[in-house]
Amino acid sequence: MAIAPAPATGRFARTAHVARKERAELVARAVTAAMAAAMVLPLLLIVGHLVWLAWPSLGLGFILDVPSRGMTDGGIWPAFVGTLYLVGISLLVSTPVGVLAAVYLNEYARDNWFNRVVNLAVINLAGVPSIVHALFGLGAFVYAARFGYSILSASLTLAIMTLPVIIASTREALASVPMAFREACWNVGASRWQTIRAVVLPNSISGILTGVILQVSRAAGETAPVMFTGAVFYKSVERGNLFPYALTDQCMALSMHLYTLATQVPNVKESLPYATAVVLLGSVLLVNATAIGLRVFLRGRKKW
Amino acid sequence: MSPDSPPETARARPRRSRAAILAERALEAVIRLSGVSAILFVAAIFFFVLREAAPVLVKDQFSLAQFLFSTEWYPTSAQNVRYGTFALTVGTLSVTALAMLLAVPFGLGAAVYLSEFCPPRVRETLKIVIELLSAIPSVVWGFIGLTVMSRLIVQTTGAPVGVNLLNGGIILALMSVPVIVSIGEDALKAVPDSFREAGMALGATRWQLVYRVLLPAARNGLLAAVLLGVGRAVGETMAVLMATGHAVHIPTGLLDSVRTLTANIAAELGEAPAGSDHYRVLFLTGTLLFLITFAVNLTADFVVRGVRRR
Repeated sequence: MAIAPAPATGRFARTAHVARKERAELVARAVTAAMAAAMVLPLLLIVGHLVWLAWPSLGLGFILDVPSRGMTDGGIWPAFVGTLYLVGISLLVSTPVGVLAAVYLNEYARDNWFNRVVNLAVINLAGVPSIVHALFGLGAFVYAARFGYSILSASLTLAIMTLPVIIASTREALASVPMAFREACWNVGASRWQTIRAVVLPNSISGILTGVILQVSRAAGETAPVMFTGAVFYKSVERGNLFPYALTDQCMALSMHLYTLATQVPNVKESLPYATAVVLLGSVLLVNATAIGLRVFLRGRKKW
Repeated sequence: MSPDSPPETARARPRRSRAAILAERALEAVIRLSGVSAILFVAAIFFFVLREAAPVLVKDQFSLAQFLFSTEWYPTSAQNVRYGTFALTVGTLSVTALAMLLAVPFGLGAAVYLSEFCPPRVRETLKIVIELLSAIPSVVWGFIGLTVMSRLIVQTTGAPVGVNLLNGGIILALMSVPVIVSIGEDALKAVPDSFREAGMALGATRWQLVYRVLLPAARNGLLAAVLLGVGRAVGETMAVLMATGHAVHIPTGLLDSVRTLTANIAAELGEAPAGSDHYRVLFLTGTLLFLITFAVNLTADFVVRGVRRR
């Protein structure tokens, strides 16, 4: 769009004031854009740098191999499969509870003081520090419930930790179903639950799934809550064995393995912790990107 | 049908079986129970953490004043065991303050850019990047602090160790920026468009609109964004454990090593025998942390609700 240059003199000349405010506008745009860019840059630099340093160790063999030479060499299989266990079991627990809680909050709850307290509880549950979740898991599951240091204790701790994430994302998905859909269903005589099952859930299932996927990535990265409830430094596992752990066993976890390699193991091969970090970061970002992609795809297909 | 024929009896309404209705009732009970589970879990967290901590509270040698206000943390000393967490509290506060000093301007600036200046396509991309940024696990941030950032700090400042207050502050800032940006952007978006239109009609530029109209109007939401960032920074464990060094003392400069409340628990819980005083004091620290973040989150929520009511 071409605009004819304003005449320098005459009725519409830019006054000093206008010039100043336009200058301020340009500066503000540039500065805030730079601030936004300063947020993107670290992500690219960090990922690039980590991959660069991890390169000598990276490969499918690295994931499938077991640690060797006192954890100073080899792969990460026991930790990788341990994380799969922890995430999978925590998901089995927190998904039904979280989805039902969201259904209650969005479909049943009236706006009264009690439900405001429930909402506050969800917000606060999301804000409890991960180390406090660890203490809770230790006190409640390991000692009080006598599950001991085990996959079960660690997964349950993770499940409670990720519950608010599932509740929030599911609520958002449920709330995006138009009220008219529900009203139409009620008008043909369906009960509240029939409406939820036949209309609300089918129309929001994609959004719920996206939330569950995001929760996977959050659970996979957590360290403190599993460190004191069931994850251990080292556990001997066969290469590529998919079912090495029982529910009451302790296991290795990718996040804790990275912490161990970075801080506790002397003379570790230079690229090993970097490669572990890349695998952890890569899995988390991949899962997240999948969820985002799914969301964008489904939003495009939405009919209302 | 002739008008004088007897009226048809109303067709019987189809009824659902008693079992189906009972099953629905049961299911709704389960839904309600799940709904209130959040309250149960928050209460359970407080209860179980406090339960492990409680026995030490009634011991003679233990004093709450010393726990809160003494800087002497010698949990394993043979002669004179002292549990003072004041240096740890100061550590937490200083790292958080530094992180906020860095993250708040950048976070709010980026939120303004996203919500007011940015073309739609760029906005979508940036929002995805923010989401990915906030998904990076804290242990990976800690690892970055321990390796990349610490080397950078030693090179640029000549500090003897790279893991210190500055390192932890920068890492925490990077971690809390996504929270501040996304909540801050929501707050700016929530300002009604009529405010923007009124400003434009008076000939304001976008920037004048932002700092004269939008920032004051979205003040509460932005404050809540900052508070949630603070909550995240106070509660962060692994990143500060790896990036701040391990000295239990009150920092005097940016390049001093510090230890935070969270890192202290993570570092010592593994070594404290279950049931010992040391173990219980760590749980007491956990209770303290729980209360701090509870207060921060509650405040943030009240601030946000103030906005809605207006």
